[in-house]
Order: sequence, then C-alpha cells, then structure tokens
Amino acid sequence: MPGARIDTPRDARDPPVDHAAPIHGLIAEFATDAALVEAARRATAEGYRNVDAYAPFSVPGLSDALGFRRDRVAPLTLLGGLLGGAGIYALQWYTAVIDYPINSGGRPLHSWPAFIPATFECTILGAALAAFFAFVLLSGLPKLRHPIFNAAEFDLATRNRFFLCVEAVDPRFDRPATRAFLQSLRPLSVSEVPL
Amino acid sequence: MAGAAVTRNVDESRLPVLTGAYSYASISDKISDIVLVRPSHWGFYVAFALCTALTLLFAGAIAYLFYEGVGIWGIDIPVAWAFAITNFVWWVGIGHAGTFISAFLLLLRQKWRTSVNRFAEAMTIFAVAMAGLMPILHLGRPWFFYWLVPYPDIMNVWPQWRSPLVWDIFAIGTYIIVSIVFWYMGLIPDLATLRDRAEHRGKQIVYGIFALGWRGEARQWHRFDTAYLLLAGLATPLVISVHSVVSLDFSIGNTPGWHSTIFPPYFVAGALFSGFAMALTISIPLRAIFGLRDFITSRHLDNIAKIMLVCGLLVAYSYAIEIFMAFYSGDRFEEYMVINRMTGPYAPVYWAVVACNVVVPQALWFKRVRLSTLTLFAISIVVNVGMWLERFMIIVTSLHRDFLPSSWDMFYPTFWDWAILLGSLGMFGWLFLMFVRFLPAISISEMRKLVRERRDGET
Repeated sequence: MPGARIDTPRDARDPPVDHAAPIHGLIAEFATDAALVEAARRATAEGYRNVDAYAPFSVPGLSDALGFRRDRVAPLTLLGGLLGGAGIYALQWYTAVIDYPINSGGRPLHSWPAFIPATFECTILGAALAAFFAFVLLSGLPKLRHPIFNAAEFDLATRNRFFLCVEAVDPRFDRPATRAFLQSLRPLSVSEVPL
Repeated sequence: MAGAAVTRNVDESRLPVLTGAYSYASISDKISDIVLVRPSHWGFYVAFALCTALTLLFAGAIAYLFYEGVGIWGIDIPVAWAFAITNFVWWVGIGHAGTFISAFLLLLRQKWRTSVNRFAEAMTIFAVAMAGLMPILHLGRPWFFYWLVPYPDIMNVWPQWRSPLVWDIFAIGTYIIVSIVFWYMGLIPDLATLRDRAEHRGKQIVYGIFALGWRGEARQWHRFDTAYLLLAGLATPLVISVHSVVSLDFSIGNTPGWHSTIFPPYFVAGALFSGFAMALTISIPLRAIFGLRDFITSRHLDNIAKIMLVCGLLVAYSYAIEIFMAFYSGDRFEEYMVINRMTGPYAPVYWAVVACNVVVPQALWFKRVRLSTLTLFAISIVVNVGMWLERFMIIVTSLHRDFLPSSWDMFYPTFWDWAILLGSLGMFGWLFLMFVRFLPAISISEMRKLVRERRDGET
C-alpha cells in the first residue's frame, strides 16, 4: 500500500550533500497552497526571476504571484479556429466550383448555406486542437526527464504538497543566501535539487 | 488526517457535493487506489463477464455482417434504415450528456460537476465510438467508408458538400476528436498522480509516458486552465451542432415524419434526455461497486434527475408540436403519418414511447423519488428504452408508409439486428469497465480543489 508514506514526519535536517556539485536549484516544500502563494510572492519581491511553483491542483493566484499573466493560449486558439474554418470553406469552394462542379438540384455551384455545417465543425476542430497543442507545447511538454523530478519528495507534488524552487540559473541565486531566504518562508523543508 | 474537523457543508440547505472527511492526500489515494490497488467486488466481475460475452457477440455479428452483407438484417425497401441508424442516433445522443456535464456545467461554474465529469466524458467517448460504427456497418461496402472524407484521390471525385451525410461525418468526426482531446487533457495531471503513486515499474512508465512529464508547475496550470476553459467553450456549441446535424440527415429528406423544422432542437433535447438517463444508469452501480458514495452523492443524482426532468418536458413538448404541426399544415401525408404512428401496426411502439418518455419521468417532480437510488435507476432504464424506441419510431414508422400505398411494407428485426444492438451495449459497458480499471474515474486534481474550497487545506 502506498499509504505507508502518508505524512510521515520529515527530518528537518538535510542529508549530507556535496556542496561543490552543480545543482538545479533549491526547493522548499509547503503544506498549503496559501503558504506557497505567499512564498512565490515574496520570492518575486526579493528579485528572484527563475522561480517555479509546483502544486497538485490549480491554485488561484499562484501564477499571478510569479508574475505570469499572459499565456498566449487564447490567441492561438482563435488562430486555429480561423484556419480550420477558412481552410475547409476554401476546400469546399474549390472542389464544388472549380475542380468537381456538379449540378445538384439546380443549386448554384457556390451554394454557401450548404457549406456552413462543415465550416462550423472544422472551426471548432481547429480551435480545439490549437488550444490543446498550445497548452502542451507552450508548457514544454512532452518532457519526460526534468531535473525537478530529482527533488526529494517531489512525487508528492501531484498529491498533497506544494513546492517552490529557485533555480541555480537565477542571477541572484546564491546557495547559502537563497537557502536562508527559503528557510525564512517557514517551509516544511528546504533541500537541494541535484542536476 | 488533521482536517477531520471540517466536514460540514457550507450551504446547509442543499445536499453536499462531497461527504466524508478528506484531505488532499486521502482523496488522491482513495481515487487512485481504484486503479492502482484494484479493489475487487463481485459486481465488477458479473458486469465484466456479461459485457465481455456481449462484446464477443458483437464481434461475431460484425464478422458475419461483413461476410454476408446487410441482407442479414430485416431492412429492405421501403424500410432501408432501421436498427443501425436507430442505434446511431441513440448512441450519439447518449454521448451528449457527458459533454454537457463536462463543458456546459464548467462554464456555468456548477461545482457538482467535478466528481462526475470524468466518467461522463468517458461515457461520451465510448457512446460516440459505438455510434460511429453504426453507419459504417450499414454501408454496403464498409471498407470504403473513408470516401466520405475529402482527400485528393485518383478517381478525381470529391464529397458532395450539399449532402447531410457528409455534414454528418464532419460533425461526428469533430465530436469524437474534441471529446477525446478534452478528456485526455483533463487526465494529464491525474496520470501524473498515478505515475508518482504507482509502485510497479511498468505502471510508472506507462502512466509516465501518457502524463507527458507533467510537473504541476504554476505556468503549466495557468495554460491548462485557459485551454480547458476554451475547450469547454468550444465543446458547448459543438454538442448542440452535432445532434442538429444528425437530425438534418432526416429533416433534409422530404419523407413525412422527417421533413420538419423542429428536428434540430427536438433531437438535441432528446439527446440530453437519454444521455442523462445513461449517466444515472452508469453512476448508480459505479458508486456502489467502487464505494464512491462520498463523491457521487445524492446531490449529484438529484441534479441529474432534475435536468432529466427538464429535458423530458422539452421532449414531450416536441411530441405535442409534431402532432399539432402535422394537422396545422393541412398536409394529408403528414396527418396520416401521425394517425399511423398512433393507430397503425407500430402503435405499441408509439404508446411505449409516450409512456417511457412523457408519463414515467413525471415521477421526478417528487424529491422522494429523486433521492431513492433504486427508483432513479429504474426510471433511467425506462428512459433509455423509451428514447431508443423514439428513434426507432421516427425512423421506421416514417419510412414504412410514405406517399404511395403500393410500396408500403413492414420492418421486422432479425436475430442479427438484435445482436448488433445488444452487442454494442455490451462493448460500451466493456470499454467503460476497462476505463474504470485503468484510469481514474473521478478527476483527482479537481477533487483536491474541491477539498481546498471546503477547508483551509492543511494536511
């Protein structure tokens, strides 16, 4: 039963680490979403830029606290819908008027009302596929290997824990100082994420 | 868990959408253990055995159909469309409730949708898959079904864009693709939970691949929310359009009983009616077998029953308008069609439809009925049967007596007609049981959010 590891009290001390080895960043673990939002807000206020927050569900205000507002999914969805609709309409017009004209019950070749259903459906299809792929690709997925998965207890990020990671590439990143800063946020634990 | 103190619902006047004391961890474990630990229950095995047997019957019936042709069914001129098309319309309609729950109720911010949307979406996908098979099976040469798709072929022909049958493949094709995308997208965070909770290496790899490396990053969640909301906004008009297009298959033709402008809304209302009935038929045994009464509560069943009642009233209104319009039009063929439905050789079908879809659902006005699981289950079965019969009535009674009495004839189903219908039911059930075994039947990440909204979230 995986239940064995539920909420075991965590050792506050860190295991011995090689302080010279390069790391992905420092990660702090929180028990509540409110603590994570507050931590993200303070890390941004502190001037950290390469900060990421991880949560087991969509936390309101979290991306906002990290300064992330525009995600570009909506304009891409609109574009996908327009392409889908215009594409199928153009295809219908070309095939019915130019390439394969058939007199169907005396209707004009360019009988646009009859072209609407397929146009409507393909608009939806184009927009839906665009929304999905915009979400997946802009999020950098699929990416099965990522250094963050090396973080201790990170499997709980999809269950009941909230994490804030300051990456080593951040210009303000400094191991002792950043660690002290993260400790000041009163997390459950702070640990290094090996590369 | 520390948060056991907070279990009371905020709004006392309503039934709760979630009962029991749950934390983020325990709700995640409870739902994912259905997949990872697989509690066994005799009900599952009985259902599985029955569905597997019917699926095999379906495979056999399809094999024999491909070998022998559609002549094994009872169809002939004038009734060239019967069971397969009835099944098609019925199955597409069942799918509609799933999309309605997952998309429309999301837009309306209905919190109770959270614990039912995942399996309702699965119901949609499997129902539409069954629906999509039916017209293909009905083709004389089913291996050429792809001729309906526009592609540059060596025969230099293109689809006839003015035909509702071509609209149909666009509507159904779009519907199944968008339904799968919507469903899969919602699954990604839950697949990551399964990946992280699985102890078996094989499961970790398989769930890990399908989770695409989801990390639950704030930016990923942000895009996820935007895309999910957009998909809901797109799926809502789509679902209305799909059964409208299906109804145009009939109403574009000039057959009395088909040629009617009321068809698109009439079909959409009927689709939701049968779909919500199927949602009840599925959720009542599901919550009993897998112990999900805390998540699928009486509140859900009550709400689904209320929507069913509304859809049932719309359907009843459509029946009345159909009769009224037939006489108001003064068209003797239309008038005869109505009289023939009520008193002709298929009159028992007509009166069964009225009984199942108009009379019986009125019981749902009573709260006591809506809160009685067994009664609800029985009503849902009655409505499912009634809606299938309604589709049969629309298709067959319209065809069997049209303008020329010398061409009138009867349709009688053969063994193979029944085999296809029962087989598709079995395969639908089989796919659903497989789904419950391999994927979380309830959205875990959304349930965590529901837990958060009910308590302060400390674990």
